[in-house]
Amino acid sequence: MGSLEEAIEGLKKFLSDKDDAAVAQIKKLITGLQERDPNEYDPVKRILEGFQHFKINKFDKHPKLYDKLAEGQWPKFLVFACSDSRVCPSHILDFQPGEAFMVRNIANMVPAFDKLKYSGVGAAIEYAVSVLEVQNILVIGHSRCGGIERLMTHPEDNSAPFDFIDEWVKIGLPAKVKVQAEFGDLPLEDQCKHCEKQSVKLSLCNLETYPYVQMGLANKKLRLMGGYYDFVHGKFELLEFEPHFHHLFST
Amino acid sequence: MATLLPSSFTKNFNSSIDYPITSFQTFAIFGPKLKTEQTHFRLSTSFNVRTGSPLELKAMKEPPGLTQKLDKNRLDRLAESENGCDLFEDLKHRFLRFKKHKFEENLGHFQNLAEGQAPKFMIIACADSRVCPSVILGFQPGEAFMVRNVANLVPPFESGPSETNAALEFAVNSLKVENILVIGHSRCGGIRALMSMQDEVDSSFIRSWVIVGKNARLNTKSAASHLGFDQQCRHCEKESVDHSLVNLLTYPWIEQKVAKGELSVHGGYYDFVDCTFEKWTLDYKGSNFGKNSRLPVKNRFYWC
Repeated sequence: MGSLEEAIEGLKKFLSDKDDAAVAQIKKLITGLQERDPNEYDPVKRILEGFQHFKINKFDKHPKLYDKLAEGQWPKFLVFACSDSRVCPSHILDFQPGEAFMVRNIANMVPAFDKLKYSGVGAAIEYAVSVLEVQNILVIGHSRCGGIERLMTHPEDNSAPFDFIDEWVKIGLPAKVKVQAEFGDLPLEDQCKHCEKQSVKLSLCNLETYPYVQMGLANKKLRLMGGYYDFVHGKFELLEFEPHFHHLFST
Repeated sequence: MATLLPSSFTKNFNSSIDYPITSFQTFAIFGPKLKTEQTHFRLSTSFNVRTGSPLELKAMKEPPGLTQKLDKNRLDRLAESENGCDLFEDLKHRFLRFKKHKFEENLGHFQNLAEGQAPKFMIIACADSRVCPSVILGFQPGEAFMVRNVANLVPPFESGPSETNAALEFAVNSLKVENILVIGHSRCGGIRALMSMQDEVDSSFIRSWVIVGKNARLNTKSAASHLGFDQQCRHCEKESVDHSLVNLLTYPWIEQKVAKGELSVHGGYYDFVDCTFEKWTLDYKGSNFGKNSRLPVKNRFYWC
């Protein structure tokens, strides 16, 4: 018998020999328990089960790895991914503990260098590149991105502004402008898809505005990559961004 | 700010979406024919196909003087590309494994998710490579909207727009998550930087960001100054989570939902040295929520 049923049965035993007020109260409690959905989502139970599963199946099974990770981290990747619940790179690219320093924000955006406005992103890049010395930066966009959709539809749709979201997604404005210029005749859904990809390219360009990224690229110690996860069709694309000059001539 | 990219590169990028995932093709956009001075993209795929120009370049011992630098760059990149091949192949195989063992085996679920997400949690966690909540708490696709930044900090409402509060606005007002969980962790480099900060002007980005946690540092210094530095950092890691929970309630739309019981706010602490997880829930009763009062919590659990 489940704990819920036990509780109800226990309360029923009290009904026979109590006064009216107590009986009413007990009946109310029983009704409340009976109406409770046994499948009701219990957030605490959810994270406890998740943690126990991790501890038993991963942490305890790989003591050497986790002992080493307790002393430090040496990730090869800095990853920018969207906060969307469906696109965690630990799932889609199977990143294990220690492999990827991971920033997640709305629409996986990297703004250009600005110490006042975007210190959060800057801190992550500075830490990953200068302190952890990651070798690769990977920006991953995805299909049906709510942030990109907001960028593409607002303010033209006259919807009420979202103070913080709108301020953030406007980092992607150059991508929106380019997509509208080239693909403005396509349906919105297709324009959004183009913008999801164009925004990744924009973010890669913006990465170049960070001095430590510039140095890493110049010293060939850093590579920049863009990814696109399409969860509608189960596809992944990857491309490398190689900003450099071709020497044409000197006299 | 951003370089406007020529349309030909966009076309190359887009054309790949028609290709099935198991048969990549190589686009060698770079090559001796590309003489223009611009950034470019190389679509990295299977490396069985390596045609023409780069191999020919390798065979030339004495390239024409005017393009000497160009050739050296190409040769350097060729040497690197072997390692690069492994890297791209590795990422490709990781995705294919995910596709085979998770995506295709739960196709119905993923098709539903493609239509929309309805996560019950919003998580704010550190960007540290060792603490991904999908791994340590087993969140599956669709379960948790996730923000990850240095030291899992939540800036207060009055600090103005940032990436963290943009995500909060979306999660709380659009997705209508029922729980926000801020997870701190052991040996956090960001918290250590916060605790190590000296008063002199430091122009780093890290300092500009972790200063969000300055009240946690102040509380730690006053409560734990008798402890060693490592212990103080540990104290601050937890203090900072509490501080972030207080900052969450500075957002009026968050406080309203918490007051109505529509949203629960939790703190968590993952210790990866001992593999333990602590969790506590904000006990909101609407009163006395100043900075100086102790944070009222309930349902504190410690799992080990």
